[in-house]
Amino acid sequence: MSENSLAIRKFSDLANPTRFLALADRVLPWLAALTALFFVVGLWLSFTTEGDYQQGETVRIMYVHVPAAWLSMMCYSVMALAALGTLVWRHPLADVSSRAAAPIGACFTFLALVTGSLWGKPMWGAWWVWDARLTSVFVLFLMYLGLMALNRAMDDPARSSRVSAVLVLVGFVNIPIIKFSVEWWNTLHQPASVLRLDGPTIDPEFLRPLVVMAIAFTLLFFTLHIAAMRNEIWRRRVTSLRRLAARSAGREM
Amino acid sequence: MMSHAAYVFASYGIATLTVAGLCLWVIADGRARQRELRELEASGVRRRSAEASTGEAR
Repeated sequence: MSENSLAIRKFSDLANPTRFLALADRVLPWLAALTALFFVVGLWLSFTTEGDYQQGETVRIMYVHVPAAWLSMMCYSVMALAALGTLVWRHPLADVSSRAAAPIGACFTFLALVTGSLWGKPMWGAWWVWDARLTSVFVLFLMYLGLMALNRAMDDPARSSRVSAVLVLVGFVNIPIIKFSVEWWNTLHQPASVLRLDGPTIDPEFLRPLVVMAIAFTLLFFTLHIAAMRNEIWRRRVTSLRRLAARSAGREM
Repeated sequence: MMSHAAYVFASYGIATLTVAGLCLWVIADGRARQRELRELEASGVRRRSAEASTGEAR
């Protein structure tokens, strides 16, 4: 019980934007350095490991494509958690987190789609097919864009936060559809070969750079997300200060 | 018909451009907001919490 109350106190500590800013200042340089380190190692591994006996050099596209695709789904999951935080606990940072994540998620989804296309052309003979996996990821991309548009369309975050949180949660249904699309439907896209119940079926030669690149992309996401959240808090402070200034200017007249 | 290496380099090139663009946007956005905050502070506008207590940030 006492542990529980301590945990809640810690959690609510984080809800204070000023504390979050102080924490972000301390954490960001380390996270950025760690991200760079993992990218250096990951890129080095990506270009020094052997090519595939069938796919040749194009297997190297996987080291960008797969982490970007994972991140596109993880980012949306983070937004869905944040949406729960907005609707259930009215956590002040939850809406900030969800808003800051949307453009980052859109970029990763864009990368997954483009690199997938660049991999599909030499391997499948087509830039694009409307199979279940590709289509559901494209829908995810459109949802990110829609959420960004919605967030921009409404000036007052207090009002837009709940609408956008509901929309994020409704859209979350797409995430399991993306993940299992390759099993539920007959797709040109291959089924999972890393995250599966019976263990990875991919050769360690390819798995090693893939895992390092996946960690690098994940670290990149958290670095950018924390920095973007900090920007969003600053943006809201600027808005409220301007409002305050306008109000006091009105009083002086 | 492009060679396989061309597809690989195109992928890494687009990935680099996208990630670099995203990083630069986040940095530029942060700098612009900080500049606005500094300007507001310089013109004497302060957050109520900053006026009420200086202990909040601690």
